[in-house]
Amino acid sequence: MSSRPILLVEDNHDDVELTVMALKESKITNPVVVARNGVEALDYLFGTGAHAGRDASSQPVVVLLDIKLPLLSGLDVLRRMREDERTRRTPVVMLTSSDERDHIAATYDLGANSYVRKPVEFEGFVVAARQLGLYWTVLNEPPEPAPGR
Amino acid sequence: MRILGRLTIGQKLLSIAMLSSITALVSASIAFLAYDLHTIRQSLARRILTDAQIVGFNSVSPLLFNDAETATTTLGGLRAEPAIVAAIIRGQGDTRPFATYFRDGPPAARPSFPEQVAPGPVFAADHLLVSEPIRFEGRPLGTLVIQADLAEIRNRQHRYAGIVLAVLAGSLLLALGISRLMAKTISRPIVRLADTARTVSSQKDYTVRAEPGGRDEVGLLIGTFNEMLDQIQRQDSDLKEARVDLERRVETRTRDLATANKELEAFSYSVSHDLRAPLRAIDGFSKAVLTDYSPQLDERGRHYLERVRAGTLRMSQLIDDLLGLARVSRRELVRKRADVSDIAGQVAVELARRQPSRQVRVEVQPGLTAEADPHLLTIVFENLMGNAWKFTGKKADACVEVGQQANGPAPAFYVRDNGAGFDMEYADKLFGAFQRLHTEADFEGTGIGLATVQRIVARHGGRIWAEGTVNKGATFYFTLERNP
Repeated sequence: MSSRPILLVEDNHDDVELTVMALKESKITNPVVVARNGVEALDYLFGTGAHAGRDASSQPVVVLLDIKLPLLSGLDVLRRMREDERTRRTPVVMLTSSDERDHIAATYDLGANSYVRKPVEFEGFVVAARQLGLYWTVLNEPPEPAPGR
Repeated sequence: MRILGRLTIGQKLLSIAMLSSITALVSASIAFLAYDLHTIRQSLARRILTDAQIVGFNSVSPLLFNDAETATTTLGGLRAEPAIVAAIIRGQGDTRPFATYFRDGPPAARPSFPEQVAPGPVFAADHLLVSEPIRFEGRPLGTLVIQADLAEIRNRQHRYAGIVLAVLAGSLLLALGISRLMAKTISRPIVRLADTARTVSSQKDYTVRAEPGGRDEVGLLIGTFNEMLDQIQRQDSDLKEARVDLERRVETRTRDLATANKELEAFSYSVSHDLRAPLRAIDGFSKAVLTDYSPQLDERGRHYLERVRAGTLRMSQLIDDLLGLARVSRRELVRKRADVSDIAGQVAVELARRQPSRQVRVEVQPGLTAEADPHLLTIVFENLMGNAWKFTGKKADACVEVGQQANGPAPAFYVRDNGAGFDMEYADKLFGAFQRLHTEADFEGTGIGLATVQRIVARHGGRIWAEGTVNKGATFYFTLERNP
């Protein structure tokens, strides 16, 4: 279990609340840090601006990144993250709405690890977390005993 | 005439001038020679006749006294006239010569004087015969016949012919020179006009002008030609301007259209993203109320919240379908060889996977292909077969059939089912967006699927139509012509 935070980059209040609710229901106890736009997200990740002084060597366990954001888009944030040594390997799950299917290929090209369709439901997030090998990191549940043991 | 057609206009003018000159000169020469011949013969005849009268008069007394010697001497006086070859005096009623004269001495043969000679001068081919009766006091004593040769006339005619020929040749040469000059004066502007016309025609250069000519018809023609060139040049430049203007307008329209397309895309994105956000909130928080506050809600309260969630789900589906319709219109059409049977088969597999409880017999005719956009064709079959699947939901022996049948030059694909069917009276409402022939309670749907299908078929240049009978089933036909 890790106490490293999850960074949620989302400008819609309802979606923030619903996502936090879904994570909580899923017994994910990692603290959730919310950034309302792309600039704020980058400030948090690199310890600049409003987050000046934060230790940028400590990166969130996963970044949930909305594609459509004010100021800098999710794709811009992702590009900046992948250009920087400190955030190059941080897992990023893109949050998409249904018509952004065309964008998904582009997000993979830019180095996204997975995507989840909004609203973030537990099942969808679990699939993404499993793909990323984060399952045991983010889920505060004891591993089920393997069959046959 | 055919040869004349091949000549240049200069050569033609020259030919006409020369032919006219030759005709005139030759006619004049012939007339002159004929007149001269006539005159000289007249004059010769008159001369010989005078001689004959004088000699005849002088021969009266020798004939009276039968003095042949004197008669011969009198005849010898004819030597003064070199043209006279021979002369003979015959007594009246006597055929033998009384006296004779021969210019070149007595001939070897008997001179061929005819027995009877008409009085007066008579021209033969090479000589002139003049017969003069010799009378004394009205009584005929005999006849004097003089033969003159025509060497003088011949010589004179030869000389004249030579002069005429020389004059003719000289005149013709002169005429040739003058005609050449004149023809050139006439033909040069025409030739230049022709050159100009050829330049205009071959190089499409309407700025050239023919050199202005004189005040004759050719000058008028050149003037008119230049005026026509003015008009053509004006129209040509107008046309060019119009084309440039048109291109500019097309460019502007294309740009506007691209902008409009981009705006539409942004609009679709916003619709999808921003319209869905409040729906997510409605659905998410309804669900939160249902889970977190379940004990405080009675059955009716829960039912209402479930209705709220069903409504948001349906609206979400509507948004998805509308965006799908918009995307179908926007997407670039990429035609390639599409395996229609394979596409229909895959759609059937997916339909069965989504509703494993349904028992539907699907028959797809094997080997169907089309020159079409495979992605869009998949959407067509998803909708048509999805509909067939849906509307056979209340049939025990549901059957969906996909095939192809002859339909004029372009064969039509069809999707047939034995489901709820429809009333042919409303067949025209089938393909309108949001148009439905069944209630939501009977068969769910947004009414956008067939509108999407129709748009895809239309983009392929094809046609779609349907046949149906209530409760017996429906058949949807469509063509995908490459060249509509």
